[in-house]
Amino acid sequence: MTTITIDPVTRIEGHSKITIMLGDDGSVQDARFHVTQYRGFEKFIEGRPFYEMPGIMGRICGICTISHSMASAKACDEIMAVRIPPTGKKLRQIVNLGSILQSHALSFFYLSSPDFLLGMESAQEKRNIFTLAQTHPEIARDGVRMRQFGQQVIEWIAGKRLHPDWIVPGGAAEPLTAEVRDRILQAVPEALTILTRTLPWYKRIMDEYAQEIRTFGNFPSMFMGMVDRRGNLDLYDGSLRLVDERGKRVEEGFDPLAYADYIGEAVEPWSYTKFPYYKPMGYPEGMYRVGPLARLNVVDACGTPRADQELTEFRQLDRNVVLSSFHFHYARLIEMLYCVEKIEQLLNDPDILDPQVRAHASPNSREGVGVTEAPRGTLIHHYKIDRQGRIAWANMIVSTTHNNLAMNRAVKQVATRYVNGTNLTEGMLNRVEAVIRTFDPCLSCSTHAQNDLALHVQLIDPAGKVLDEAVRG
Amino acid sequence: MTAPTRSHIKTLKIDGKDYSGHEEETILDIARQNDLFLPTLCQIDGLSVAGACRLCLVEVKTWNNRLVPACTTHVEEGIEVLTHSERIDNYRRMILELLFSEGNHVCAVCVSNGNCELQALAQKLGMDHVRFPNLRPVRVVDMTHDRFVLDRNRCVLCARCVRVCDEIEGAHTWDITGRGIDARIISDLDTPWGSSDTCTRCGKCVNIYPVGALVEKGSAIGEMVKHHDFLEYIAEMREARE
Repeated sequence: MTTITIDPVTRIEGHSKITIMLGDDGSVQDARFHVTQYRGFEKFIEGRPFYEMPGIMGRICGICTISHSMASAKACDEIMAVRIPPTGKKLRQIVNLGSILQSHALSFFYLSSPDFLLGMESAQEKRNIFTLAQTHPEIARDGVRMRQFGQQVIEWIAGKRLHPDWIVPGGAAEPLTAEVRDRILQAVPEALTILTRTLPWYKRIMDEYAQEIRTFGNFPSMFMGMVDRRGNLDLYDGSLRLVDERGKRVEEGFDPLAYADYIGEAVEPWSYTKFPYYKPMGYPEGMYRVGPLARLNVVDACGTPRADQELTEFRQLDRNVVLSSFHFHYARLIEMLYCVEKIEQLLNDPDILDPQVRAHASPNSREGVGVTEAPRGTLIHHYKIDRQGRIAWANMIVSTTHNNLAMNRAVKQVATRYVNGTNLTEGMLNRVEAVIRTFDPCLSCSTHAQNDLALHVQLIDPAGKVLDEAVRG
Repeated sequence: MTAPTRSHIKTLKIDGKDYSGHEEETILDIARQNDLFLPTLCQIDGLSVAGACRLCLVEVKTWNNRLVPACTTHVEEGIEVLTHSERIDNYRRMILELLFSEGNHVCAVCVSNGNCELQALAQKLGMDHVRFPNLRPVRVVDMTHDRFVLDRNRCVLCARCVRVCDEIEGAHTWDITGRGIDARIISDLDTPWGSSDTCTRCGKCVNIYPVGALVEKGSAIGEMVKHHDFLEYIAEMREARE
């Protein structure tokens, strides 16, 4: 047995590696995506006052800090047993949309578009956002502007771009001012213009990647995402819907607070990330995917006009549900459109400037579950407190975790298609990484993408001898 | 022939300039009267002096360059005081570093972030890192009180709470038990704060405390703003009555 190791996987958020096991004939026998970092938040928050959680939990990640604070605050709302003021909820929604927008822009423009625009086979030292700024300056600029728009929505409403203290148990710390509302509304048309010119060029180049679309995580699985009461896309609150590979609803919409009845978590010795699965089907058959692709597969509609128009086109890509993980990228663009439209809708709500945005209460329940949709999928925070209000136990299922089984499957699929066991090529390496990038996994607390820093691939013979080696960086 | 009367006014030099003060006044008093900055943490106007934090250390050149706390040292005739030098600044930063390394002071997720005297001093004195390994103590947070929280992880043992409760409120709920690294504040005879018989729930200890160790329950990150104007007001009213 020969093992190829890709360590670390580049242009993703966090630390991971991939190992590909080859048989004696050089064909791929198995492939694994390992998450090699360890965090331990669930443990070291024990004993802290529950209401500190949104602030502490936001620190899990520098990209989706808002998502963690949001899920955490929702769990705290449950512990306080309060219904937060309607305007507080709407403001949280807007900030959450801004967060998803900036993260999607980062994933699509900064991390993945070099693959499409410069080519999977292009030289690794060129395949990055900086080259893009030279070869496709308009697209690079659009990416920067889109991310900026999302970040500014967060900064202007919540006080700062990174780790704002504005998301608090019971609602939001400060109401919205008319000045900020107008400032964001003024920036909306440019964001919409950027997306309306991005979607056509992306759809054009999609045709050039027909082979990748066929093999990049293209397999039957279930999909899970949040829907509102009408079955439309909701990224902040709602019920969780599961559909199977034919689009049939496995769960019409279960209460996220009862997640433990539906989702089990398996553990493997070779990864620090757990392997969630749909309990009634068992492990690993209960594999499902979350995130933009899954969300667009489960919803009836987006609920905003332009995004719905794109959704109709998106659904033409496959017969029942869109199965190829390559289409995470397209789904991400459609969601960005939805986010901008939804932000505009919410800001035009007549009550959006209402000063009552926070409910105050002592703990009234010993347990709280907070579920929201993060950029990469469903995010679950679950806390139990002791009689004094200190965290006694915590569990989190982070969006990327849900996709763990599917990512492993996707890596194996791409490796089987592209890897030739005796000769490592640049295109092979990059495609195996690129399939991981479609999921946009977020494995760390850091915004530092390890772009082409130190990729190390080894071919080792059964006796442990290094046959071939490729080192980047 | 009459004996010369002893003067209560003393003259001294601070940082090379001449100043004068009453013998009952401290070097810190004179520095404050003349807008000379001296960092303090345990000291607060309106309470007795504790000399606990040692941040107001000054060097007295005429006493063989001895380091003394300005808050507890009375002025004497002819002394020459230095409030800032490389040596003093180093010691002050070291004191801050020791305070940070001894507790769990993670400003970014503290309810007092942005409103903390320890944090402000660290910024002002240029403490950009901690040279000592963090002891990472495991200290239990007392949330038994219905309005307030005691987080000993953030306690700097300034004893402001002990003094305000004793001297202003008159309840004397707080005390310090243990020695050295094991020292910690306790309510009553080391019973949970919520079951204290003496606590009047006035909140003076919370408002007087310089860091996020005594805080209002439910404060999210950065929300705990302390108000200690009441000390001045109470002192004025008491003086007027007397």
